[in-house]
Amino acid sequence: MSVAVRQNPQLLETNPPLVKGGKDFHDVTEDISSITEAKVFETPMKYWITLACTGSIVVLLGAMLAWLVANGIGVWGNNRPIGWAWDITNFVFWIGIGHAGTLISAILFLFRQKWRTSINRSAEAMTIFAVMCAGLFPLFHTGRPWRAAYWLFPIPNTDLNMWQNFRSPLIWDVFAVSTYFTISALFWFTGLVPDLATLRDRATGTVKKFVFGFLSLGWRGSARHWRNYEAGYMILAGLSTPLVLSVHSVVSFDFATSVIPGWHTTIFPPYFVAGAIFSGFACVMTLLIIARWTLNLHDYITIKHLENMNKIILVTGSIVGYAYCTEFFIAWYSGNPYERFTFLNRAFGPYWWAYWMMFSCNVFSPQFYWSKTLRRSVPFMFVISIIVNIGMWFERFVIIATSLSRDFLPSSWGYFRPTYVDISTFIGTIGLFLTLFLLFARFLPMIAISEVKGVLANEKHLFAPERQGAVTGHEEAPKHA
Amino acid sequence: MTSLVQIKFAPKTGPKYWRSLDQAANAPEFRQWVEREFPSTAADMLDGNSRRTILKLMAASFGMAGLVACSRPELRFAPQARLQEDYIPGSPYNYTTSVVINGQATGLVVKTYDGRPVKVEGNPDHPNSLGAATAMMQASVLDIYDPDRSKFVLNGKQDSTWEAFATAVRGLNLADGSGLRILSETVASPTLDGLRTQLLAKYPAARWVEYDPVSRENSRAGSILAFGQALYVHPQFDKAKVILSLDFDFLGLDSPSPLATKQFSKRRLVATEEDIDNISRLYVVESQFSLTGANAEHRLRSRGSEVKQFAQDLLAAVNAPPAAGSDRRSQFLAAVAKDLKAGGAEALVVVGPRQPAVVHALAHQINQLLGANGKTVTFTSAARVDRVDAGVEGLRTLAAAMNGSQVSTLIVLGGNPVYSAPVDLDFGAALAKVAASIHLGQAVNETAAASKWHLPEAHFMEAWGDTRTTSGVASIQQPMIDPLYGGKSTIEVVAELLDLPEKRGYQIVKNFWAAQLPAVGRENAWRKSLNDGVVPVSMMAVVTPVLNAASVSAAVAAAPVAASNGIEVAFVPSGSAWDGTFSNNAWMQETPDSMTKLVWGNAVLVSPAMARQQSLANGDMVSLSQGKYKVDAAVMIQPGQADGAVTLSLGYGRTRSGNVGDAVGFNANLIRTSENFFYAPGFAVAKTGATHIHATTQEHGTMQEPELLGIVGKIRPVFRETTIEEYKKEPAVIKEMVEVPVLESIHPAVVDYSTGYQWGMAIDLGSCTGCNACVVACQAENNTPVVGKDQVLRGREMHWLRIDRYYVGDEEDPRAVEQPIPCMQCENAPCEYVCPVAATTHSPEGLNDMAYNRCVGTRYCANNCPYKVRHFNFLNYHKNQPDILAMVQNPEVTVRMRGIMEKCTYCVQRIQNAKITAKADGRQSDGTPREIKDGDVVTACQQTCPADAIAFGNINDPTSRVSKLKKQERNYGLLEELQTKPRTTYLGRLRNVNPELEKS
Amino acid sequence: MPNPPSQAEAIEQFKERLGIGRDKTYAAMGAFHTPDALVEAGKKIYAMGYRKLDTMTPFPVHGIDDAIGIPRSKLGWIVVCFAMLGLLAAQGLMYYVGVINYPLIIGGKPLFDFTFTIPVTFELTVLFGGISAMVGIFALNGLPQLYHPSMKYKQFHRTSDDLFVLVVEADDPQFDARQTAIDLHAVGAQDVEVVEG
Repeated sequence: MSVAVRQNPQLLETNPPLVKGGKDFHDVTEDISSITEAKVFETPMKYWITLACTGSIVVLLGAMLAWLVANGIGVWGNNRPIGWAWDITNFVFWIGIGHAGTLISAILFLFRQKWRTSINRSAEAMTIFAVMCAGLFPLFHTGRPWRAAYWLFPIPNTDLNMWQNFRSPLIWDVFAVSTYFTISALFWFTGLVPDLATLRDRATGTVKKFVFGFLSLGWRGSARHWRNYEAGYMILAGLSTPLVLSVHSVVSFDFATSVIPGWHTTIFPPYFVAGAIFSGFACVMTLLIIARWTLNLHDYITIKHLENMNKIILVTGSIVGYAYCTEFFIAWYSGNPYERFTFLNRAFGPYWWAYWMMFSCNVFSPQFYWSKTLRRSVPFMFVISIIVNIGMWFERFVIIATSLSRDFLPSSWGYFRPTYVDISTFIGTIGLFLTLFLLFARFLPMIAISEVKGVLANEKHLFAPERQGAVTGHEEAPKHA
Repeated sequence: MTSLVQIKFAPKTGPKYWRSLDQAANAPEFRQWVEREFPSTAADMLDGNSRRTILKLMAASFGMAGLVACSRPELRFAPQARLQEDYIPGSPYNYTTSVVINGQATGLVVKTYDGRPVKVEGNPDHPNSLGAATAMMQASVLDIYDPDRSKFVLNGKQDSTWEAFATAVRGLNLADGSGLRILSETVASPTLDGLRTQLLAKYPAARWVEYDPVSRENSRAGSILAFGQALYVHPQFDKAKVILSLDFDFLGLDSPSPLATKQFSKRRLVATEEDIDNISRLYVVESQFSLTGANAEHRLRSRGSEVKQFAQDLLAAVNAPPAAGSDRRSQFLAAVAKDLKAGGAEALVVVGPRQPAVVHALAHQINQLLGANGKTVTFTSAARVDRVDAGVEGLRTLAAAMNGSQVSTLIVLGGNPVYSAPVDLDFGAALAKVAASIHLGQAVNETAAASKWHLPEAHFMEAWGDTRTTSGVASIQQPMIDPLYGGKSTIEVVAELLDLPEKRGYQIVKNFWAAQLPAVGRENAWRKSLNDGVVPVSMMAVVTPVLNAASVSAAVAAAPVAASNGIEVAFVPSGSAWDGTFSNNAWMQETPDSMTKLVWGNAVLVSPAMARQQSLANGDMVSLSQGKYKVDAAVMIQPGQADGAVTLSLGYGRTRSGNVGDAVGFNANLIRTSENFFYAPGFAVAKTGATHIHATTQEHGTMQEPELLGIVGKIRPVFRETTIEEYKKEPAVIKEMVEVPVLESIHPAVVDYSTGYQWGMAIDLGSCTGCNACVVACQAENNTPVVGKDQVLRGREMHWLRIDRYYVGDEEDPRAVEQPIPCMQCENAPCEYVCPVAATTHSPEGLNDMAYNRCVGTRYCANNCPYKVRHFNFLNYHKNQPDILAMVQNPEVTVRMRGIMEKCTYCVQRIQNAKITAKADGRQSDGTPREIKDGDVVTACQQTCPADAIAFGNINDPTSRVSKLKKQERNYGLLEELQTKPRTTYLGRLRNVNPELEKS
Repeated sequence: MPNPPSQAEAIEQFKERLGIGRDKTYAAMGAFHTPDALVEAGKKIYAMGYRKLDTMTPFPVHGIDDAIGIPRSKLGWIVVCFAMLGLLAAQGLMYYVGVINYPLIIGGKPLFDFTFTIPVTFELTVLFGGISAMVGIFALNGLPQLYHPSMKYKQFHRTSDDLFVLVVEADDPQFDARQTAIDLHAVGAQDVEVVEG
């Protein structure tokens, strides 16, 4: 509809709308619900093709994990001294990606960043899927996953009647990651309920009625509902914020609490968290740009959203770069000969290529965002978002593998070479991640309908006064009871 | 999944292993057994093929398996089911025996469980062992259970029987024996010696040839030159203050028995401050970097052929001090001459078996001048009976006779001449010309394949025999297990040849010794010798020969001038495969070479300079060729190798070794000729363009960090050493090589280690030579799996105890140091607190325990171990091994499954046994079991160590050896700056350098 | 044998069981098209003395709580309690495991110490708090709920789309079906209905 022309020009310039195209509440409902309500043939073919591809990669993942469990870790390239390589690299990589979701939902929510509303739903979903991928590795990197599956949790077991060792950062990990997954899932579902109610009220088929009716738990948008809901949502956000910061701190403890030069570093918690936000936002970018394109959500995911994200990527990227430099400074300043060598070795030893890959991708590439035009160019930011993700994967690889490859005793130095199983497993998790995300985008409202409406209501001031009455677009006179 | 674990035991061809059905059915003993057991249905069972038959056969064959596998050496074959009194099933029984490697006898004590030999130790009462055993002796127990051993008498390619063989032997028309030749390895058995005399008497025209690919004839010839009589030379390294070794790797490859190391280390161990002045000084002149070179104060690189000249110059220099030259050689020569002279009767010059007779003679002469003969070196007679040809000369005459068709019957008793004989003799072709060729051997090897008859030989732990050291001490070779595959010993086969009335090995040996032992108390004496492992009658007297200087100088004058053209190739035995004897022994194949750290193969060792000139890199295939002899082999750059000389070790490139040893490494025998038996000049080295991947267990060879970004790497004080002067000046010098900050823990000291047993270890780097005995001993004791070349390439070797080798100094001519690395059993173990499931925890006695069945395999502990001594079972390394190899495993140690971590436990099973023994000894007045005394607990590595470098015990006991050693100033903890508080500590090495050659 | 109850009867019996609409009237409802209109109307109707008020809106409308006098949520207190419970559970577990049930010497570290128990304690605190918050939201709202009278309102399906409904419940002392409907009209509501319980 041609409402936009009647918008108030000055206001538009200073503070462009977060929802474009002069939508009204009903349009919002229509636009977003229609995606999930579409018939199979109505969904673009490109969607089904993509789903088929990613789905087949999931099969590959299954095969690789089966092969691994059948034969042992030996099918990977891990060795002595490099006991952890791609497995834990992938774990940290996915956990890092999993951070943006909760961050966008929780922290931006607490900071009252209205622009989050169009993206938080998909970001949260992404978090959950990423944590699922991450969770695979701590389990399957163990020599005996069938034991690890329950020996890692404080379940009284009859095997040895033993308990976990709570001094071990790996146990902290188990608690941090599972808590993070649970809370993220709850947070996500809580946010979904009002939208599920909307779908319920629009549903035609009996099955849909039943399913959405069941999932929406009888939500009816009463003031009392909303009162508790907002309180609860605020609390969840309040809890998730320290949680999201803690998770990657705890992951970083896996390395920080060890004795290995290059791991034993106090800078790790903030450094890892910044990196996580960095990679997480980059991954959200990648997905949003795809979704925006395939599902025509340009009015909801506007350039302003993307630009804001890019600003955060620029900031966190620079923080990460700063951390890299600090590491080097401390390695020299501490006077610890092992540290000193480890960092020289990172940058100029056998793994120099990985290091400079990491450095250029993570530190140099985001600097382009100082330019507003690049910051707002969708193709450019798409490329950068992918580069950043590559760089962040390498960051984890560099930290884990190069530190292990040359530690204290020169006699035990080694070098890591991945096998095809290493590679296929990682690709497999990417497939799993994309598949889950595609399914979500198709079958659940990937934008928070109720929240967008809330924003829309607050943006009335952007509209010319004469449209006030017409906002809802239903002019027919109500009849008496 | 077999592809993952490279080393496959399942044979490519032929019977999988002896239990398999059809084989068992064909086995003669099985047929006899069936006929005995089921006379009525025998025919039906053996010929029929009904399902019922198959089941019976299966039952029968497995029944047999049980019987044979479990039988202990009895004169009569008795099932374990019928127990004799005093025998407790499941408890270990030790038997003395003795082994001959390369003609050198060593007494052993073998531990058996239910009749299975599982662990070899040295026999403290035996003069060549003194309680120690070498890596090869440790590994010899695995050979018994080798699935590739020959199992049947073969006539042509057909299975036959001992009876058939006996008849065939009767059939041979030997007449006066003019057509009879017998080829054996060096005979060190008095009984066999006796039989040989009988045989040669019976066949006056027959000849007996002794051939070892690693021959010691040169030493014998040298003594004839110098003294006019054949002598065994016995250096007394423990009596020598100054030692010069001329190409003699007496601490390594050239000493098949631990004796030399035992003696040498007596002058290296520093138990108290006084001992510091007793530390001997060792000079070495050699071609390839040997262990002896690594343990030398000063080493001179020299082509093997140039050692003779050095000896001559030395003789001159000892007579008259030379004008000090400028180059290293002349400085070295002058310094050595001066030092030897100063040493006088406490000096010693020794020469290696690869050096020609004349060099040995020169050494004798120098020792004579120094007054060392009779002091630091003694002699015994090496006289030999008539009609015995020995060494490569003997083999050459034999081959000539065979080619000349003068040989109708050749009996090869052990050994593998078709593989190991010099290429110019073309022994295989010669063998084909022999009408009746009979081979006795433990495997159907190259020679067996080329012979008419093959007879399975009994392993030395399977058959009765005896041995005699070159110093004349005899011991009985006592079996622990009935021949698994029905083999017979050399003695029994010779008895068969002689058609003696008594053909049972036990009786033959006993009868022989009955004649030697005094009539009074003969039976007791016999039993005592079995018990002690040493026969209480000396076979030889020490002789004091008279040197004939004239004949020496004549020989020197007559000796041909060494050809200096082209590249010189040296042939040395391999530390793993020896001369091929151990090439099918997986333990040995995976034992890293002491210097190159190479496993599963050998290499052409070239000096860095030569590699640069010819632009050779590690793994480049080159062809070594001279005339018509040529071999392609892969290069490995060896710092300290003499320029213009390469080394290729023997024992590799086997074609009929078995599933372990086939096609491993490169066959040096293809270019080894009888003229140039040890050093072959005039070779051309050409790159073929192909490459080969060497599997080594250590990638970075020095303690210095590599230079990065132009920043010269620091040298990490991992292996610490200093000179005696330095140490006397400042005893703390070793401790202070790294400044250890006193860090306050945020936690109060949690555990009190001040009471009870607190186990600790001290390793004296001064006496450790790096001989690998401990590595194999640990593997045998703790059931450590063999992983194969592919897995080693991936850095997954499993040795709980490894030996790190670091080069020190410049690349061309460095020194080398060897450092054993077991688990440090840190009190603040970094591996423990990171384990999520508490699978590795600390015992109140200070052990870093590993609970295998709790481990889930996160590998976090291995990552966080600063010493990288934790080993992960990346795959199921026991998957493809035949059941029979389970028989060698130590029942007191768990066999670890796939997916879990394992590590050195300080042999906790031995600690527990000591406690049990203490309990069993009855309680004291206060009701507690008696204290475990120092020496009650001995770890496997410590027990076998020929250098006594490892001390283990209770560090709370001030009188224990380990706590005394730990009190020394030179005691330091590896990486103790990390506050790990290691229980294993090292004693820095003190070098007795010659100030003239090294400014300290 | 008795006839099976008609559908209408069945629904009645069902509502009886649930105790819904005993007085046969649930509430009077009126719709608005903008949140602001709703808030305005809410204030007016509250001024008229109605107290049992509620709304149904597609998204939380700000200011409505004060307008129709709905007290603040008590959820916060619940969450605090459960979070504390999580904290104690974590410390308790680690003390019991480390000191009482299975003490082990590990890396020379104490059996129990606040330093290494911080992460797990924090996580469990958050976990308990988070779950209680989520469960709390729905528990306090009496959800899940299969049926609610307000679903009878003809425009109910639009309350989750773009309609803002003001509800005056029948158990309000001042409630009178006819009068209340008029009042709702007076404050500008459309589609006014009196919904049966």
